[in-house]
Amino acid sequence: MSSSLFFDISAGAYIVAMIIYVIYLVARNRTAGVIATALTVFGFVSQSTALITRWVNSYYFWTASNPTSEFIESLLRAAPLRNLYESLIFFVWSLILIHLIIEFKYKTRSLGAFVTPLTALALLFIDISGTSKEIQPLIPALQSNWLLFHVLLSFLGYAAFGVSFGAAAAYIIMISESRKEKAYIFWSLIIGIFLVVLVGMGVDFMSLSAAERKELIQSHFLKATFRNESGGVAAVSWLLSLAFIFALWNFGIGLKKILASLSVTPRMLEDIEYKSIAIGFPLFTLGGLLMGAIWANSAWGKYWSWDPKETWSLITWFVYALYLHARFVGGWRGKRVAILAVIGFVAVVFTYLGVNLVLSGLHAYGSG
Amino acid sequence: MEEKEKQDVFETIWKFLASVKLAVAVFIILALSSIIGTIVEQQAEPARNIALLAKFFGDSAAPTVYNIFAKLGFMDMYRSWWFVSLLSLFSINLIVCSIDRFPRTWKLVKMPLKPLAENVIRTLPVKKETKFRTTVSAAKGEFLNSLRSSGYRALEATEKNGVQLYCQKWQYSRLGVYVVHLSIILIFIGAIVGARFGFGGFLNLPEGQESEFVYSQDGTPMPLGFSIKCNWYETSYYAGMDTPQEFQSELVILENGKEVLKKVIEVNSPLTYKGITFFQSSYGMVPNANGYFVFTVTPNGGRPETLWLRFGDTFEIPGTGISGTIADFSPALARNQVTGALITYSENMVNPAAGVRFSMPGQGAFKGWILKRHPETGVLPGGHTIKFDDYWGVEYTGLQVSKDPGVWLIYIACIIMSIGLYVAFFISHKKIWVHIAHEGPGDKGPVRISVGGNTSRNTLAFEKEIESIISRASHAIEEKHSGK
Ligand code: HEM
Repeated sequence: MSSSLFFDISAGAYIVAMIIYVIYLVARNRTAGVIATALTVFGFVSQSTALITRWVNSYYFWTASNPTSEFIESLLRAAPLRNLYESLIFFVWSLILIHLIIEFKYKTRSLGAFVTPLTALALLFIDISGTSKEIQPLIPALQSNWLLFHVLLSFLGYAAFGVSFGAAAAYIIMISESRKEKAYIFWSLIIGIFLVVLVGMGVDFMSLSAAERKELIQSHFLKATFRNESGGVAAVSWLLSLAFIFALWNFGIGLKKILASLSVTPRMLEDIEYKSIAIGFPLFTLGGLLMGAIWANSAWGKYWSWDPKETWSLITWFVYALYLHARFVGGWRGKRVAILAVIGFVAVVFTYLGVNLVLSGLHAYGSG
Repeated sequence: MEEKEKQDVFETIWKFLASVKLAVAVFIILALSSIIGTIVEQQAEPARNIALLAKFFGDSAAPTVYNIFAKLGFMDMYRSWWFVSLLSLFSINLIVCSIDRFPRTWKLVKMPLKPLAENVIRTLPVKKETKFRTTVSAAKGEFLNSLRSSGYRALEATEKNGVQLYCQKWQYSRLGVYVVHLSIILIFIGAIVGARFGFGGFLNLPEGQESEFVYSQDGTPMPLGFSIKCNWYETSYYAGMDTPQEFQSELVILENGKEVLKKVIEVNSPLTYKGITFFQSSYGMVPNANGYFVFTVTPNGGRPETLWLRFGDTFEIPGTGISGTIADFSPALARNQVTGALITYSENMVNPAAGVRFSMPGQGAFKGWILKRHPETGVLPGGHTIKFDDYWGVEYTGLQVSKDPGVWLIYIACIIMSIGLYVAFFISHKKIWVHIAHEGPGDKGPVRISVGGNTSRNTLAFEKEIESIISRASHAIEEKHSGK
């Protein structure tokens, strides 16, 4: 049995759900809300099935080349968390899980419109990045239990941070009085850049031939638009993006009324924003930093070597530590900490994707 | 006067070092400066970073910018004096701040709980009220029970017309943040111990050779105090693929020429002896090495025999009259899919193959390739087999060697930090007051119960807990005592 059909079904369900969540938000139609939730649950069940199927398949794959491996060991080695593709799939799964929990706990659907785009972003990235979807043999460095727990906990943490980002973004709109406020300008810039990069990567994807898609995106990252060899195309891309960000800044404030009419309160959003960080921070500290260090030590004999990935995890950790201290010791509330929650997630995204895409791209001297 | 001034200066410095503002500033500076180190390649050849800088500053300015950056220590930033100073400031800040605040928190933890006036209870963050037609002592009994089953042991105080119960739980959870902070200090101490008393090095050890030294980054030999020998190195591959499945070396520790320890190491499974750990980290070919071809030859139906042969040697398969001469070798043999020609596609031993010229009685000479990863290539006409076991002595194993006596502190710190974070985020200090009294004077009227409480975090969950305490007690009161 193949897992990819179930993955495709869930991806489809999430993306349609995202559109319906937005319709729900804009049209304030209760039926739309119920349909969006139902679709999300359906997608989640389908994705869980796919994950289990993939796990079972990897189990047979592993035992085929490691016939002496014990059951538990094989099960751990086969856990579908072994490459970029699988970790992103797991990120989406965790994000949806946390989102559904919040939806049922807080009895609010509107956060869906802010969280599902993140899943769409991740799903699109999976396709655009052209990462291999095949079950691959596990290279020696990855044959460690520490690695498995490291990835598992980090991604649960990332997903919690993702939810806090969604809540903080919604919060900033709700409390913005005017377009001139710094927090609101910051909001439109960050969300605008997020969406622009997403669209840019979509264009990359469409402009690549099937063969090129197989390569990692990093050699093509934004080459179809901003980094196009033809200066004209690049200039147009920049202009369009600036226009888009301007439009977002100009009209985005309208979302505020919509959110308010759905009985979303800033207080609730602030609560979700903090609680997700209160869950994400310990998970990320334990899974991302501590277990990463233990694994590095058991594999290479050095628990910390300041490589870009480690350093960016540390930067992310500092941002969230800053958030906690600003909030609990500095007495910061509201806008100022919400901005930190947004910056924290930008650091998360950079830690996970930017280090691979941007930094290693910078260091790839051959390709220029 | 002077004394006082001195004290003022001390106090100002102490306040500065204890301030959370400083912490916020250091967090931001550390985060921002760390970014530089992820862009500029650390400890790299100058040319690489000059090429990188040229992308930002242009070709002509790049060398100048490089020199400025190098002076600022950006090329080996995390070891530069200013970055290390920042980290020190960070830990001093953390220590001073924790010392500064700890007594207050400790007092808070140790402070005995006191009963509160009813009107104060009604202003607490969580507050509930209910009434029953029952007696004060019945209500008190049931609330004591209900509190106990939620893990609270309540104290009692007599009140006008009634009684007050008050209790708290998990007051020590307030110390969780100090545990987290302590673990960070422990990590720093562990890192310092490691840097001071440990070392890191590497060793490329060819098969069959031994060494008493390992080498630091700049090539300085460092004595081990014993010697280490590599019996063999081997990369195994997944069937039908060139994806490595495992990198393995058999290592032997020798003291005064005597074998004391032998282990096959893999990635993620190192060898430790006398505090020094050897990690499988890389491998490669020894230049111009002259190794042994290890063949196992088996005449059809006969007994296998292992041969160690040099390039050019001639061997015989016993009792068959077939002889072979090792005439060719390829570390990675493949057939070009277009032209069909045999090619060598890697310098590493990905798919080693020995080219053997055979001569058979009654038949002419012919040449065959025997591939290590494909035993079927060694089956000769007549069912005799030649198995290519290894081309030994031509590969080296690349070992990462480290001695880090501080790593135990790091592990302990990891455990402490996990506990601290759990306590800090998921356990809260909760206090509950229950005021039970008749509404009217002189034990008359219904019993009014005011419950109030506060918690150090997660008020919502606490509110649910209080609700369940009240409802449990109410049920019991209604079942057993109402109307009395
Ligand atoms: C990256 C390093 C650090 C981590 C991971 C960390 C962690 C924490 C955590 C988890 C809390 C509890 C916050 C909450 O209530 O939700 C906390 C509180 C606190 N931290 Fe840190 N901390 C760090 C560095 C620092 C530094 C450098 C200072 C120095 C000023 C500091 C001062 C404080 C103070 C004063 C509190 C409040 C303590 C209390 O409630 O009594 N922290 N820290």
